[in-house]
Amino acid sequence: MSDATLPRHDAAAAPAPAAKPQSARSVVGESPIIQAALITVSLAFLLLFLLLPLITVFVEAGARGWSGYREAITEPDAVSAIRLTLLVAAIAVPFNVVVGVAAAWAIAKFEFRGKNLLISLIDLPFSVSPVISGLVYVLLFGAQGYLGPFLRANGIEIIFALPGLVLATIFVTFPFVARELIPHMQAIGSTDEEAALTLGASPWRVFFSITLPNVKWSLFYGVLLCNARAMGEFGAVAVVSGKIRGLTNTMPLHVEILYNEYMSAAAFAVASLLAGLALVTLALKALLEWRYGDAIAASRRH
Amino acid sequence: MTVAVTIESIDKRFLAFQALRNVSLDIQPGELVALLGPSGSGKTTLLRLIAGLEQADAGRVLFGDTDTRDLSLRDRRIGFVFQHYALFKTMTVADNIAFGLRSRPRAERPDSAEIKRRVQALLELVQLPGLERRYPSQLSGGQRQRVALARALAIEPQVLLLDEPFGALDARIRKDLRAWLRDLHSRTGHTTVFVTHDQEEALELADRVAILHEGKLEQVGTPDDVYDHPATPFVCEFLGEANRLPVRIVGSQAFLDDRPVLGGLSQNQSGAAALYVRPHHLKFVDDGPLSIPGVVEELRRTGPLRRAEIAVSGLTKRLALDLTSQVAPAIGERVRVKITHATAFATA
Ligand SMILES: Nc1ncnc2c1ncn2[C@@H]1O[C@H](COP(=O)(O)OP(=O)(O)OP(=O)(O)O)[C@@H](O)[C@H]1O
Ligand SMILES: [Mg+2]
Repeated sequence: MSDATLPRHDAAAAPAPAAKPQSARSVVGESPIIQAALITVSLAFLLLFLLLPLITVFVEAGARGWSGYREAITEPDAVSAIRLTLLVAAIAVPFNVVVGVAAAWAIAKFEFRGKNLLISLIDLPFSVSPVISGLVYVLLFGAQGYLGPFLRANGIEIIFALPGLVLATIFVTFPFVARELIPHMQAIGSTDEEAALTLGASPWRVFFSITLPNVKWSLFYGVLLCNARAMGEFGAVAVVSGKIRGLTNTMPLHVEILYNEYMSAAAFAVASLLAGLALVTLALKALLEWRYGDAIAASRRH
Repeated sequence: MTVAVTIESIDKRFLAFQALRNVSLDIQPGELVALLGPSGSGKTTLLRLIAGLEQADAGRVLFGDTDTRDLSLRDRRIGFVFQHYALFKTMTVADNIAFGLRSRPRAERPDSAEIKRRVQALLELVQLPGLERRYPSQLSGGQRQRVALARALAIEPQVLLLDEPFGALDARIRKDLRAWLRDLHSRTGHTTVFVTHDQEEALELADRVAILHEGKLEQVGTPDDVYDHPATPFVCEFLGEANRLPVRIVGSQAFLDDRPVLGGLSQNQSGAAALYVRPHHLKFVDDGPLSIPGVVEELRRTGPLRRAEIAVSGLTKRLALDLTSQVAPAIGERVRVKITHATAFATA
């Protein structure tokens, strides 16, 4: 079961067989040629489709030199885009953590009607195109939308404003935390909690000293991925943002605008920050797996 | 400290499945009671009901004179040891044991020096001093078992509930821990209910044994009671091997194929019956009334004893007999056996 919940682990372990001694290979029963071909294909793919673009981003970002780079990312519109992105993530991620933990808890520990429906709903944002989710919010809250007149009458701005950005981001990034936690919590079961309750612990204490520590690594993974996506989301945010410079432009949107205005060096400079975020996320994940791999595996195993 | 536990006609259903049917049981203060039954008979369910982890559909559980429905889980003061221990794996042994004390409301919580002292004392009680810094994953099964027990004892429970405390351990350690638990119980004197599906364990450890079968309590009694005077055929067969003889009872005598095999039956239960005879309640005799002729067909060793299997005309299964002396008959020898003790149950 740990395999199903830990796809990353497999990915990290994948290169290992190449280093195994000859005898280990024969057990698998593949000829060396096939193995070499597989490795070559996947390496070529990684280089061409993943690494090359990443390098391009940083090369292009530096095309105008250090001062050009600094100018591009300290220019007021860029700074406000960075600030807005951080703000949106700072609201959306904690929200999704709280709701995600609650949903995972409900699904893993209780039996109730509509549980399967809830599980499917959690996956919805992954199966719907982000643009559509953005459009739904416009349809609901936009000037011409169902709630538009009501909102305008009460002076509430959602679309083309921060609330819209946050809503769209929350929708798109919701599954990360919950999906990470559900299989783990289900595997653990509730005997630990029951033991704590019979020992006289209050529900709060049970949650904070038993439940949460038991799933802390899955939770951390979920938060990491959720955050990366929250800062990088384009589609849904593009629809609800209106792209008002200095006001409702997030970093990904800012990159696109700059690029469309033929300021590719500046576009890549801002893009390099996002790419940097991705790299930091990856590095943190790798570090976690390397440093606490045993603990993670142990806590996931049971 | 220790209280009497009274279970009054408990019913428990899981959806359509009736897990417990009208179960009643009185447990004296300080008593050690074994809940014995095959897998799925409702032992864990009954234990969880006593603990308050499960709600009964009908009936109630009293601690002393208090209805437990009026008590919160904390106020029930239950020491529960789970089937798979359920130690908190993110905490050290010491933190596991101290968990209950640290969970008390601030006013009743001992200070940290006192907690430390108690943890030490408990570790000594369960004979694991020096392991406080370890994590559960660094312990053997038997050690985990004892840590779980120490953790349950730390809250000074009114009632100790153990779910298959030795279930996951190998035969040798089970025996050691049995004696140790018996000893611990006589020192601490907690009212204790423990679940097991091992009849030997139940008979050896418990003051009284309660036998569950498909959610019903079949019999409650001392080990001697239930073993020598089983109330139902199920109890008789579950508690140990028994030969089953289809007989007719007429008056005070049981007849196997018109041959009298047992006399002195007090119950007035004339008609068809099944006679259950344990292998050690059969003995070889030279001749005489009520003896059954047969042929020795096999000799085997069962632990300390030797067992003879005797074919008897009119019986499809061979009779099993435990040899009490070193003198054994030869295979193929014609012998006569006599029943020294048996239990009869009327058959339809
Ligand atoms: N939460 C539940 N939902 C549905 N059925 C349950 C539940 N808990 C127990 N049961 C059913 O109740 C019956 C009794 O279960 P219980 O766990 O009490 O058995 P047990 O005597 O402890 O068995 P074992 O020796 O295997 O542990 C079983 O048939 C089980 O399937
Ligand atoms: Mg059980």
